[in-house]
Amino acid sequence: MARELSQRADIRSEIMEINLGPHHPSTHGVFRAIVELDGEIVLSCTPYLGYLHRGFEKTCENKKYHQVIPLTERCDYMGASSNSLAYCLTVEKMLEVEIPERAQVIRVIMAELSRIFSHLFWLGTHGHDIGAMTPLFYMLREREEIMNLFELTAGGRLMPNYIRIGGVAKDLEEGFIERLRAFTNHFDTRVDEYETLLTKNIIYMDRTKGIGLLPLEKAISLGVSGPMIRASGKAWDIRKSEPYCGYERYDFDVPVEYGCDVYSRYLVRVEEMRQSNRILKQAIQQLPEGPFIAMAPGKIFPPQQDIYTKMEALIHHFMLVVEGVRLPVGDCYQSIESPRGELGCYIVSDGGTNPYRLKWRAPAFVNLQALPEMSRGCFFADLIAILSSIDIVLAEVDR
Amino acid sequence: MNQDHIKEKLSEKFGDALQFETCPGEMSILVPSEKILDVCRYLRDDPELKFDFLTFVGGVDYYPAKPRFELVYQIYSVSNTQRLRLKSRVDETDAGPACIESVSKVWMTADWHERETAEMFGVVFKGHPDPRKLLLPDEWRVHPLRKDFPLLGTEEDTPDLPS
Repeated sequence: MARELSQRADIRSEIMEINLGPHHPSTHGVFRAIVELDGEIVLSCTPYLGYLHRGFEKTCENKKYHQVIPLTERCDYMGASSNSLAYCLTVEKMLEVEIPERAQVIRVIMAELSRIFSHLFWLGTHGHDIGAMTPLFYMLREREEIMNLFELTAGGRLMPNYIRIGGVAKDLEEGFIERLRAFTNHFDTRVDEYETLLTKNIIYMDRTKGIGLLPLEKAISLGVSGPMIRASGKAWDIRKSEPYCGYERYDFDVPVEYGCDVYSRYLVRVEEMRQSNRILKQAIQQLPEGPFIAMAPGKIFPPQQDIYTKMEALIHHFMLVVEGVRLPVGDCYQSIESPRGELGCYIVSDGGTNPYRLKWRAPAFVNLQALPEMSRGCFFADLIAILSSIDIVLAEVDR
Repeated sequence: MNQDHIKEKLSEKFGDALQFETCPGEMSILVPSEKILDVCRYLRDDPELKFDFLTFVGGVDYYPAKPRFELVYQIYSVSNTQRLRLKSRVDETDAGPACIESVSKVWMTADWHERETAEMFGVVFKGHPDPRKLLLPDEWRVHPLRKDFPLLGTEEDTPDLPS
């Protein structure tokens, strides 16, 4: 209807080109788009990227394998542990090392915590973008609890830098499991609380239902993954389809919605938080005793305690620091389900101690490509809602 | 749908043009650069194979080896949960930069991946709908992911980088 109005002969109208960003609060970073508007209707939207490009892949080629880990976490800083997990899994696949059970469960705990962490902040800022100020304050409360958990065991609050090639950096801190259990016990009721704010909120529904449509066929062709493709009606989750870290041992559902719109993406992410909590509860139950890092001298760092007490461990540690680990010649791709979708790492090794080439398949980068498709023909205000529903992290988009 | 079956179908269709490399759990195929579009289209459209999802397009620079560039296409079939990697080698000639047919007609997502690969390696994707730069400044004439590009850049080529 709005389009018909603007095309009536007695109303003077012309196409307006406006510049959104690079510093716009809704972009959560530095992202610029040139939007062509006919009145309030978006005719086209052309993204301009690269404001945060820092040559991540080139930097990795000049670092030793274990030095890359902290760099990866700076890509998607909202789900930091997922990044280092994807990287370490790729290197481990090439090294062909077995990861101890305990390390696997700890990794699942960290990955799921970072998923909840990311979705929480998404939910808060997404509400904020649409005009619902309240959710953000509640989200920050739970996010703080997760940051405290990260800090307790890994030291870092935002980027724990805790996962290592072969396992994790050190064993869980005393008291971690008790605090995690307390968190998982009350988190489900907290999610119910968030839902009372938005799920049946008539203003929120009005702003998001039927907005930003992305039919499944388009979504697949555009390479969209994660919560976005699940909101377009495809129950595709890499944790189920190609399990890693023993995800096949956990009982959880993959939430699917068929609305293909912003509202469906909201529903999927909220349900994912519940499912992640379910996984966390099972992980606490499953957590076995045992080593937290694989024993593979010459490939994997020995535990810190051994370096202080055992001569061989000290030698291996020294050699690994000075020379680095050598990967067999070849290439390898490994992907995981990050909070945003398929996060993949492709490594080409020439047998040296640095990756010859490292390609980062960043889900936010790929998902953002669907923005022009989704926003065509909608109102300008809806463009903000759509952009926020993609859940971009610009550091990951630009790398 | 297993690797042998994919191999069988592809050999039937394309004869000896393709070279297969098999590593555990993963499979990659070396495709002659002039055949890449045909192979991609076949892999997507075949009702049994259905490789409908392009995970990424990337490049590798093997400088100073010849041919210099290897393009990597990681594809996935959402319905068969099968992954496959296509590789294709291209090189610069006296006539101009290395070039290969764009696959963005086959998978829309190739658009940005190819734009990124093009600016990072200086490979031209023929028939790309929007061959602008994506991440780098427009005035840069260098290709940073090439192996002969210095890590810190150079003052003339990349004046806005701290050296």
